[in-house]
Amino acid sequence: MEDMAIVNLKNVTYRYPLTDSPALQNINLQVIEGEFVSVVGPNGAGKSTLCYTIAGFVPHFFKGEISGTVEVAGVESSKSSLHEWVLNVGLAFQNPFNQISGAKYTVFEELAFGLENIGVPREEMKIRVEEAMKLTGISDLADRSPYSLSGGQQQRVALTSILVMQPKVLVLDEPTSQMDPIGTREIFGVIRTMAEKGMTVILAEHKVEWIAEFADRVIALHDGKILLEGIPQEVLTSDFLLDKGFGISRYTSTAREAKKQGLWKKDKLPVTLDEAVEGFAK
Amino acid sequence: MNIETSNLQFSYPTGVQALRRISLIIESGEQVAIVGQNGAGKTTLVKHLNGLLQPTSGYVRIGDWDTKEQSVAKLARRVGYVFQNPDEQLFSKNVGTEVAFGPRNLGYAGKQVQSLVYDALAMTELSDKTETNPYDLSATWRKMVALASVIAMDTDIVIFDEPTTGQDAANVTRIANVIKVLRERGKTVITITHDIDFCAENFERVIAMTQGKILLDGKANEVLGQEEVLATTYVDPPQLTRLGKRLGLPATIKNQDEFLRAYASTNRGKN
Repeated sequence: MEDMAIVNLKNVTYRYPLTDSPALQNINLQVIEGEFVSVVGPNGAGKSTLCYTIAGFVPHFFKGEISGTVEVAGVESSKSSLHEWVLNVGLAFQNPFNQISGAKYTVFEELAFGLENIGVPREEMKIRVEEAMKLTGISDLADRSPYSLSGGQQQRVALTSILVMQPKVLVLDEPTSQMDPIGTREIFGVIRTMAEKGMTVILAEHKVEWIAEFADRVIALHDGKILLEGIPQEVLTSDFLLDKGFGISRYTSTAREAKKQGLWKKDKLPVTLDEAVEGFAK
Repeated sequence: MNIETSNLQFSYPTGVQALRRISLIIESGEQVAIVGQNGAGKTTLVKHLNGLLQPTSGYVRIGDWDTKEQSVAKLARRVGYVFQNPDEQLFSKNVGTEVAFGPRNLGYAGKQVQSLVYDALAMTELSDKTETNPYDLSATWRKMVALASVIAMDTDIVIFDEPTTGQDAANVTRIANVIKVLRERGKTVITITHDIDFCAENFERVIAMTQGKILLDGKANEVLGQEEVLATTYVDPPQLTRLGKRLGLPATIKNQDEFLRAYASTNRGKN
């Protein structure tokens, strides 16, 4: 599997400047092309730092001390520059305000900004922007100012500005935190579609129900270390994680309580609605 | 202190009509959640309650004050507002000073400022962080500082704009506890949220907005059960509400206790 991995982190330990303890410790992570991996964990677990590391912002932008190796598509991060790196890896920040350039008056121009920077011809640029807007459902925002949008709309723009670059690896840090519930589900669907088309996805997220529904694999991060990894159903129902302050779905917590009262009879706890319906209907 | 909006309309200078004839009464001590799709006008509506925005037509009253006739500074005595992004409101060099800024600015006496600050820090579990610079704290704790700095102003009305966004399970529980204490003290709490499970578990009244209008307004279990109507404003019912419905439980379920009680009384539960 290591040979096939498009993202390959070996023994990565990283410390931000002026801090005493490492934000990431001995991270070993291999992700294969087209895989959709979700990273979960309490605030401060290192989810964002892991995203920054895969996206090359650590150490190129944030500095600090890093050991181990980070490879994407066979190239090592420490031997590359950030402007080369971004051609392979796209990162959507947790807060869309941090991502919007401030240099453009309309959403359409904002989305074309990255393409302009890498010299994509004008006609192709237009086509790619229009397609990306259609995919994320923001075509009607094309002429609005990025700053006149609501938080959730800005998040869609931020995500679209990465998708339009067609990176091999898509790194997303809570990309739906400000989105309405059905919008969140739609965006998870879009991300899933990108993975089906071969884009590799790494998603830091709290919304357990949708991770279970859409992701291939879950990495549970705590205090900068990987505690558990595996298929969503197993990781997200683990007692171990609950004790460590990880979020779980209401289906899981309710079935766990029901089990104590003898009302849930299956061994496995549910994460999704369908699993809960199936278990409780018996 | 009641809140009343009457035929409230608002258009942004760009011409986008954000609120269309909103007439609403929120009574003293109510706990209200506002839900709805991105761009529905939720934030625009609550920014009218403390005068940050003024109606294009119609009026907003906070108790006996018309917001058009009061300054934002004066309205701050009655309405506290916690922004969605804490970084938009924090500026002091340490947590204690930050939280004291509001009550001091409202003119409370020194001793009272102290006790308000002490109380707000305890409620938000920040008592051990008074000397810390807010920007040395994690985003999670900065959120709690933003909450504390508004709670310390001891206003009758407190507004939270998406308080649980990006927060982990432990902090969502902390925020729910803050809301519970405010309720016990008789405060009016208005919260914008996309976290519909959090909404179901902590609020008695739910207002669903769409395209600048009120779509639904009522008791939480009346509003949250209306799956088809909520879908038009991009809101899913809470997880346990959906589960109860799929299992054919008779009542609209809002939380775990309600679910387990309803399920236990069905035939399947009794087997």
